[in-house]
Amino acid sequence: MKMLLLAKSGHSGGPLGIADVFAALYMGGVMRHQADNPHWEGRDRFVLSAGHMCPVQYAAMANAGFFPKSELATLRKYNTRLQGHPGRDMGLPGIETSSGSLGQGISIAVGMAMSDKLLDKSDRRVFTLTGDGELQEGSVWEAAMSVSHFGLDNYCWIIDNNDCQIDGRIKEVMDVYPIVDKCVAFGFETIVIDGHNFDEIMAAFDKFIANSTNGTGKPTAIIAKTYMGRGVSFMEDNYKWHGNPPNAEQAEQALGELVL
Amino acid sequence: MQEYTLLGSKPTRHGFGEALVILGERNENVVVLGGDITGSVMTSMFKDKFPDRFFSIGIAEQNATTIATGLALSGKVPFFASYGAFCALRNADQLRISVYYNEANVKIGGGHAGISVGPDGATHQVLEEVAFLRTLPHMTMLVPCDFLEARKATVAMGEMVGPAYIRFGRSPVPLFTTESTPFQIGRALVIREGNDVALIACGALVWEAMIAAQELAKRGIQARVINNPSIKPFDVETTVTAARECGAIVTAEEHQVHGGLGGAVAEVTAKNSPVPIEFVGVKDSFGGSGEPEELMIKFGLTWKEIYASALKAIERRDKGSVGFRKVRDVEQYAG
Repeated sequence: MKMLLLAKSGHSGGPLGIADVFAALYMGGVMRHQADNPHWEGRDRFVLSAGHMCPVQYAAMANAGFFPKSELATLRKYNTRLQGHPGRDMGLPGIETSSGSLGQGISIAVGMAMSDKLLDKSDRRVFTLTGDGELQEGSVWEAAMSVSHFGLDNYCWIIDNNDCQIDGRIKEVMDVYPIVDKCVAFGFETIVIDGHNFDEIMAAFDKFIANSTNGTGKPTAIIAKTYMGRGVSFMEDNYKWHGNPPNAEQAEQALGELVL
Repeated sequence: MQEYTLLGSKPTRHGFGEALVILGERNENVVVLGGDITGSVMTSMFKDKFPDRFFSIGIAEQNATTIATGLALSGKVPFFASYGAFCALRNADQLRISVYYNEANVKIGGGHAGISVGPDGATHQVLEEVAFLRTLPHMTMLVPCDFLEARKATVAMGEMVGPAYIRFGRSPVPLFTTESTPFQIGRALVIREGNDVALIACGALVWEAMIAAQELAKRGIQARVINNPSIKPFDVETTVTAARECGAIVTAEEHQVHGGLGGAVAEVTAKNSPVPIEFVGVKDSFGGSGEPEELMIKFGLTWKEIYASALKAIERRDKGSVGFRKVRDVEQYAG
């Protein structure tokens, strides 16, 4: 909230809605990483396909120690390493790829998982996160098709299913449902969770890690049912908060309501 | 200087295919992605030799481009090849955001370029990709003139670090360079000396420019012929020297006249040494079906257009308001 207030632009609702999942990834022990050695060869990798969700990734990474928390205040500012959509060229430790054009990160992650599993024969894992509106991009399904084709059980696709996009509800803009059936049809071990329930989040990741360790040959899709703007009364489940920052008064109220 | 003569005829795509095998032998990190037309773009040669490092992605160029990015960000050297229409333009956003913004070490081979594809017609005859690709930051863009140069250029792009694209064609084209002809990314090569007009060409039009130069010589006009396979990085020095010493330029390419090699030459000379330029290329139209030779004539991509354009450029120089001839005479006198 503070980051977005200072930035005066950016996405508020989505990042708040998926914060619990990022906490699990970066601070819950799901991803193997070394914050002081971001290029560590044994690390698991995370590719943010939904680039606009980056504020929450930045916050999670700062909390995990990749860079000082004070730098969070530079979000979207001139010359910042915290670009409005992640820019690998800015050299922020732990950012694996640039992203912002939807439907691409999911596919970059396929190449990474192929490299790890098929070429290097390593046990590294790749996580990628898309939104649900992003599923309207056809290239998402090209990627999904290829993950199964190559049997990439080291691949975990998280779908943030908050049912909102800039123009409205998913169904109204372009219906991508049923998402579960689609993921199953594309060959994924598909797990639906309450994206605000930490136990369910951890159980889903545990299942993925078990599948990958056991070499099932099946990739995992975790569909996280979330509410945009979770924890802030005036933002929650309101698609109008997709692409806007709070003003000072709204940020103060939001911070008061959030259980930090 | 090397004397260039016609040694035969062979498609540039064969050079690309052979080079992939050379690269595969030299570097185990080289991998190749197929887009269903592996026989056409000759990636099948790599597939046969290194099946464990070849991945078929199917008819999904966007996915192949971004998968290549993921492989590159994992330390691999991925090549993806398809028809240029589909691996330079259909996947334009993937190239821009995933490959180039990441500066990922991805190599793209764009085959069946230009109208010499022939019977397949306009949809498959890409004539615009040089203009687009040239604007991408960190780009390396190569257009080899014959089979051997295609092989050298492919090896060079596989051994440099950074994103790169090579354009090659389907039909056989004249072979006139040799194993010892130098090739370097970022360098254009003078393949015929002359100071009366400069003919700057790439790809299949280089040999046409040589024929045009021979015909011009019959009229006492000595044309300098420059083979410019490196659209980006661009050889500013060779181009500006040609502009200063010849005072008139013709560019020739199997591409739209807008934004390709001609555009690059115009930008560079306008800034450093403005001279009259005539542009030989496809003039703002789509291609069509036909035999390659018929189409090259129909769209004005033969030595005859280069010849006529040279006369026109010389005339513009000598009669033009730039007063170049006068300046050059003064320089020669002073020198």
